[in-house]
Amino acid sequence: MSQTIAKTLDLRGMACPIPIAKTAIGIRELQPGELLEAYATDPGSVPDFNAWSKTTGNQLVEQTEEDGVFRFLIRKV
Amino acid sequence: MPARVVVLGGGVGGTLAANLLDKELGHDVHVTVVDPTGMHEYQPGYLYVALGKARGHWLSRDERTLLRRGVDLAIERAIRIHPEAQTVQLERGGSLAWDYLVIATGARLVHDAIPGLVEGAHGFYSLRDAERLREVLRTFKGGRIRIGVAGIPYKCPPAPVEFTFMLEEYLRKRGIRGRSQVTLLSPLNRAFTIESASKLIQPIMEERGIELAPFFNVESVDPSAGTVESLEGEKVEYDLLVLVPPHAGQEVVIDSGLSDASGWLPTDKHTLQVGEHERIFALGDATNLPISKSGSTAHFEAPVIASRIASLVHGTAPKTNYGGRVMCFLETGNGKATALRFDYEHPPVPPQPNRAWHMAKWVFNRAYWETVPQGRLPERAPGTMPRKTKPRRLPMRLPRRLEDER
Repeated sequence: MSQTIAKTLDLRGMACPIPIAKTAIGIRELQPGELLEAYATDPGSVPDFNAWSKTTGNQLVEQTEEDGVFRFLIRKV
Repeated sequence: MPARVVVLGGGVGGTLAANLLDKELGHDVHVTVVDPTGMHEYQPGYLYVALGKARGHWLSRDERTLLRRGVDLAIERAIRIHPEAQTVQLERGGSLAWDYLVIATGARLVHDAIPGLVEGAHGFYSLRDAERLREVLRTFKGGRIRIGVAGIPYKCPPAPVEFTFMLEEYLRKRGIRGRSQVTLLSPLNRAFTIESASKLIQPIMEERGIELAPFFNVESVDPSAGTVESLEGEKVEYDLLVLVPPHAGQEVVIDSGLSDASGWLPTDKHTLQVGEHERIFALGDATNLPISKSGSTAHFEAPVIASRIASLVHGTAPKTNYGGRVMCFLETGNGKATALRFDYEHPPVPPQPNRAWHMAKWVFNRAYWETVPQGRLPERAPGTMPRKTKPRRLPMRLPRRLEDER
């Protein structure tokens, strides 16, 4: 499976539920197996991205935090 | 020469900012409100119209009657803002010069941004939509009702939840609850964006048999098949679909190159200044702030802008900041409501729904016209300017709970 990131979303400064909605739109444009990277600052995005990936089946491959910015790496199913 | 302030938009934020500036600065300022209709709409009332609890006539007033005598009203559509020349171009020709500009143009509903929404869905975000929905509900015989949001951000985040609860009650009273299925399509995995509010709301939904469809961001509606599809790839059938239409910023700010890609104004979260423009401020639904788009937000922002412009006119350092304060009522049906009060730093801790908050919302709905646009209510809201005169008495007694709003 490809490890290159097909799309990056800058969701910093946005409040919930905008990051999830934008991610839902973003992932539509990807092919199955491709990776989407998203940066968010809303602390609520951590549980939201986890729950979203469980519900939709898209795989949350990686989740990191640096200086208050959360990075999510999601693989489209 | 008095400082010229142009306020674009005669909604709650624009009207209040204009009145406060005139009150504070008197002869040192000349304020002109530019509004395309000259009518002031009380949008929170549409919800009640849709459910047959209110008629449209108390929801609209002539903007002129809400403005102080010293404030001019131009019933004109602004088509272009020129930040360098400090003018606003008007649709019917001519322009207005300003020393300070307040952009309170709000959001616009773009029903046609979602395929099939116009033909397939109902709504309550405009008076026309609310009246049409009221007629549909009147003859509704029961069926699958789906309520959702067709685009984020949207005004008044609690409104879809409020509508769901009030509709469920309406169906019970009409005797068709047993023949109906009520589903809230939520953009998240919970009923409401704010976690604490969701924890309060979801048990009530369960108790009333209201279903929650999680992570349902509406993508399109197929009116002939009677289905609504989500970005997440789910498809749901409906007999009655009620959606909040997508929102966008106003054309005047987009055409002037002031907005971001979605049409919202990049606004400083504390000073409410637009971008690098030291003489342009924005408030309410028009901003890109990560906070509720609601009349309440504009209500608490207007005194900050008025105070900051007053300081600039007087040549003193502006000191008041907006702390992100918002206060929303949330109707839970059965004559009860709760309230969400929060700011940038403090998430809300909503009380258990009770009758007092429901009453408070009704009193607020009725008292709005005599209090909010004139600045009679938020006397001690954070960031308001110090009063020079004795506060005027409210035209009616308010229940003690409403003290929270002040």
